[in-house]
Amino acid sequence: MSTTASTTTGTLRPPLGSPMVQITGLHKEFGSLHILKGIDLTVSTGEVCVLLGPSGSGKSTLLRCVNQLETFQAGEIRVGGERVGFAEHPLPDGRLARLTEKQIAAQRARVGMVFQRFNLFPHMTALQNVMEAPIHVGKVPTAQARARATELLERVGMADRATHYPSELSGGQQQRVAIARAMAMDPELMLFDEPTSALDPELVGEVLNVIKDLARSGMTMLVVTHELGFAREVADQVVFMADGVVVEAGAPAQVIDHPSSPRLADFLNSVL
Amino acid sequence: MAHEEHADIPNRIRAKEVFHPGTLIAAIIVAVLAAMMLHGLVRNKNFQWHIVWLYLRDVKVIQGIGYTLLLTALAMILGTILALIMAIMRTASNPVLRGVSWAYIFVFRGIPVYTQLIFWGLVAVLYPVIGIGIPFGPQFVDFDTSKLIGAFAAAVIGLGLNEGAYLAEIIRSGLESVDGGQGEAAKALGMKPSLIMRRITIPQAMRVIIPPLGNETIGMLKTTSLVLAVPFTLDLQFATNAIANRIYAPIPLLIVAAFWYLVMTSVLMVGQHYLERYYGRGFTNSGSKRSKRQAAVNAAGTTTIDPALEVEQ
Repeated sequence: MSTTASTTTGTLRPPLGSPMVQITGLHKEFGSLHILKGIDLTVSTGEVCVLLGPSGSGKSTLLRCVNQLETFQAGEIRVGGERVGFAEHPLPDGRLARLTEKQIAAQRARVGMVFQRFNLFPHMTALQNVMEAPIHVGKVPTAQARARATELLERVGMADRATHYPSELSGGQQQRVAIARAMAMDPELMLFDEPTSALDPELVGEVLNVIKDLARSGMTMLVVTHELGFAREVADQVVFMADGVVVEAGAPAQVIDHPSSPRLADFLNSVL
Repeated sequence: MAHEEHADIPNRIRAKEVFHPGTLIAAIIVAVLAAMMLHGLVRNKNFQWHIVWLYLRDVKVIQGIGYTLLLTALAMILGTILALIMAIMRTASNPVLRGVSWAYIFVFRGIPVYTQLIFWGLVAVLYPVIGIGIPFGPQFVDFDTSKLIGAFAAAVIGLGLNEGAYLAEIIRSGLESVDGGQGEAAKALGMKPSLIMRRITIPQAMRVIIPPLGNETIGMLKTTSLVLAVPFTLDLQFATNAIANRIYAPIPLLIVAAFWYLVMTSVLMVGQHYLERYYGRGFTNSGSKRSKRQAAVNAAGTTTIDPALEVEQ
């Protein structure tokens, strides 16, 4: 892997040093359905990790656990070294104290998330969507939030549509605004949950280009996608999941081009 | 002719439309009936139009309009606040909160509003003294109920509590209509539940809530005519009825009341239109271009052309 990259200058990524995300022994159940069966995964700062796998393999669930949109039954998730969802140390009786809504909200504010269905706020313009969290969560002054939002919309190529409502934008444009919205809180980590799956084929490229640009700027990212080309191009680590376990993980060249398990080989054949 | 607007297509079809004699006959019959009714309305001396005209601007009548509007506004505000609390309680995880909300709706929706209003008129008999203190313990301050809750307050409370039960269900369905992804997106941005409710869920639920809320407001305006059950005696219905009894002219005063109720409901309907437009922003079914939407709004001829109104709130 790119262990030789040691400077933060230019478009080079910062060194793959301290772990940004550490997942150990994660189990998740929906009722009697065992979705995640002991996941271990580490994403270093500045790293782009792409999760591949057939639908129902639990990769979206894993992503949602990181941002506490799902609870989990066993294991531990750390983001930036901080334990997610629970107090750091167990109580004397061995139980783990859940964090309050306020504490959870504070943890989530440090992580940006982009959804398959965009989920822009339909009653706000593109600009208002991007300004919402900085103003009401980050307590940033309106003028400053507006300037920053305009800058972010510029970056995703949506500055000229700032005053449009989501219903007046194409899927690709909505997703680009959604990325700008997630970036507005200056997150340390970005989660992408199948960001291009709901898009018409001709709109996939514009969104992937924005995500690639973000990856090149050194953002730590965890991406669930079916876009193998994208994975090959920007991923530092590719993780293949099936039936709730990590089947294979490693550099894209190794995982995508030289699959060692028949399960992954089958999946790659069906996708390509 | 609008012909010049169309593209120049050769051999355009010039169709002769089908003649519908039935529709024409029906229209003639209806028109005659309507004319007869109008004629009867104007020429029938029993309507006593000069008395109608005289009392249309009577001080008591105008005051009655004021009280009717005040009752409507206060009862709707009380009802909306109660309903919002009940609707949120209804979705709570705690069974006590859910149970109380259910019981409130069950009781206040199941009893006729007239019966409830009589009850609120008699509340001072039931609880002569109201105090503030420790539950089941000593009281710090005591109030004489009959002074604390006068006829006007009783009317507002009675109407508001009843309305709250209806609005609770409307608001609940409105809150439930908001897509679950909205809450998730807001959570992912680090927003707390109360902030999500205020900034994301309620503004979107309003689009669903406003039309029935408008209907309820218009309904409330008419329901205020029942406050004589309390008895509250200054609203439009009671005021016109009192005059009618005094001068032995029931019909013209009924016309006066009907006229003013119609004027008030019409004004409310205009207000409802503007509210619906405001909360409908960002939701368009026809045409994805903002220019199209603005054009459609302008074409309705009911608004001034000011797109800035729509962009910034």
